[in-house]
Amino acid sequence: MWFRNRKFVDFALQSAFLFCVIGLVVSAFVVGRNNMEVQGLTGDFGFLERSTGWDISFTLLDYSTRDSYSRALSIGLLNTLFLGVVSLIFGTVIGLSVASARLSRNKLLSSLGGAYVDTFRNIPLILQGLFWYAVLTNLPRAKQAISPVDGVFLSNRGFYFPGLNVTGGSAAVAIAVIVVFVGVALWVASARKTARWPDQKRRRVWASVLAVGAVVTVLVLSVGRIPDTSLSSVPYLKGFNLRDGVRLSPELLAGILTISLYGAAFIAEIFRAGLLSISQGMGEAGAALGLRAYQVFFRIRLPLAIRAVLPTLTNQYIWLMKATTIGIAIGFADFFMVVAVSISQAGKTMNLLLLLFLGFWLLNLAVSVVANWIDKKIALKGTQNR
Amino acid sequence: MNIFALKIEQIRGDYFSTRFDAIVSCLCLVLVAWVGWSFFDWGLLNAKFSADQGFDGCRAVSGACWAVIDDRARLIFFGLYPYEEQWRSALACLIIVLVTILSCVPSFWTAKRLTTLWLVGFGIFYVLMRGGVFGMTEVLESEWGGLALTLFIFSAVCIVGMPMSIIFALLRQSQYRVIATTMALIIEGIRALPLLGVMFAAAMVLTFVLPDWLHGDKLYRVIFGYALFFACYQAEIIRGGIQSLPSGQEEAAKALGLNYFQRTGYIILPQAFRNALPPTISQIVVTFKETSLVYIVGFFDLLTSGKASFSAGEWTATYVEVYFFVALIYFSFVFSLSRYGAYLETRLRVGQN
Repeated sequence: MWFRNRKFVDFALQSAFLFCVIGLVVSAFVVGRNNMEVQGLTGDFGFLERSTGWDISFTLLDYSTRDSYSRALSIGLLNTLFLGVVSLIFGTVIGLSVASARLSRNKLLSSLGGAYVDTFRNIPLILQGLFWYAVLTNLPRAKQAISPVDGVFLSNRGFYFPGLNVTGGSAAVAIAVIVVFVGVALWVASARKTARWPDQKRRRVWASVLAVGAVVTVLVLSVGRIPDTSLSSVPYLKGFNLRDGVRLSPELLAGILTISLYGAAFIAEIFRAGLLSISQGMGEAGAALGLRAYQVFFRIRLPLAIRAVLPTLTNQYIWLMKATTIGIAIGFADFFMVVAVSISQAGKTMNLLLLLFLGFWLLNLAVSVVANWIDKKIALKGTQNR
Repeated sequence: MNIFALKIEQIRGDYFSTRFDAIVSCLCLVLVAWVGWSFFDWGLLNAKFSADQGFDGCRAVSGACWAVIDDRARLIFFGLYPYEEQWRSALACLIIVLVTILSCVPSFWTAKRLTTLWLVGFGIFYVLMRGGVFGMTEVLESEWGGLALTLFIFSAVCIVGMPMSIIFALLRQSQYRVIATTMALIIEGIRALPLLGVMFAAAMVLTFVLPDWLHGDKLYRVIFGYALFFACYQAEIIRGGIQSLPSGQEEAAKALGLNYFQRTGYIILPQAFRNALPPTISQIVVTFKETSLVYIVGFFDLLTSGKASFSAGEWTATYVEVYFFVALIYFSFVFSLSRYGAYLETRLRVGQN
């Protein structure tokens, strides 16, 4: 019979499923548009060009209340990226130290590492965020600020430390220069291509790259400094407030603190599993070749462990990026908070939520593309060490 | 050599075998002693426990002011639930805890028993909380709060999300490429979003895109959003469990003449769940922890009621004590569940060798 035909059944089932899914999406879309029209809202994206009229507490680029919604949203996305990347770096460093503490032969140290993981992993992220924020905003006022070292202040207005009087653009250029030169220096120090060079030559090239980098950085910073000011800017107390220097607001500080401490507990467990999966023989072989304990760790066990855990680690990093949405609870202007404020101000719920989703899809895609590229780059040839 | 000397020898080997080891041990010991002593000093020695003098009683002491817990415990546990009915809320919480403990007992591990256990437990919970029958006064969902609301959201998400995740996983594993690809797109698309965004969208957008009779309370919309999010994560875990089965299992079932539903129901899913048990438990643990995010969408859960207990009135200075107490409640739930998961993992591994 024709309806028993395998090909026909396959086709019918699949098209029915597809029809249902598409029908659900289309009907939701149509009903949504109708309902919005009833409330006098239109579904177009024209509002993106309107000026917002509200301020954002923390911005990396220039922003004023006259700027458009599209600029506000991109600033929010940039803030999310900034908070995510900074906490990710701190989280990885702390996580790696906790993981090596947990694997230490010293039982006292390893149980301390275990206590860290258990404490931070088993308390909700948002509770930790609210706690740190409450602690930071309940610090003493500027007049009685805690000052462990001269020029460093910790008060309820935030964390003040010495910085440079430079424009934002030149600071960005300087950071880019530093990243490029340090990257080249690291490449010279470790790449396969340069491994054949004699040690002396390699060291010379390495040092001169760093020296040139330092000179270029100083040049960029002194050219780009704010006119009529000294290059360095040290915070000091004037009246009831702290002046000059670099200020990290309690919101940003609480965000970084929360996400990196919480993320570190998970990253520590990932690295621990990775380090445990490297066979004992690898480390013993290294020791037999005369490597010291730290060399065995940094040259043999860690590089192998990183390759083993990269996929899990990538998921964790994506998760950390998504965790920046707790910013709204502590008043940090991350992407989610900017979208939420826009919704309450401009009303375009559907459009703005679509943009929120698009932003996070892009973020995810970017992280996994980079991670896959790294994964391919550092993969070991052959099957022996997989 | 007597036992005492042997013990000392062992301690020296464990903690003081090299100079570096000795330094590390001493530093750790100092750290532990310092943290332990300052906590003891703050939390017990110089603390004030009873609230009979209000916050003024705490001004005299330098340590913790646990009086706030004494005064506001009911608010933290039960939120704005009517005072004289709070025994119902407490009983309902106990029932969910009991159901969770019972479902950790291996003799309950069949699909039928677990489903009945949870549905019955959840039903009793709902009737107790909502009232309106058996002479209990009716209490609307908007008045629920504290630990009871947290447990309600958690168990509702698990009960709705679990069957959803099984369907998602089976569709994702479907032999029909169009179905599998569409499902993969949906699952990956939702997994890429932050939970807060999904909850927010469920709370705000569903009123737009659903016909009026399907709106429901905001609480149920958020639970639906959360369950969808849970299902997408859990579906991938179940899929992992299915993929770890040897293909011979399905082939043998086919050879016996079982149809698709018999194969998945009797052969594939029971084994897949067994394989996926440890990650499933950690997913459930995460789900419990992240119910606290409903604070942002505006519900009076455990975290929100904790925050409310010191935000108003005389207790504003006691935020550390309240956060510590709330964290302890979350910690005791999450920690015991995750320890159980770790125990189970080792137990399952024993069976495989």
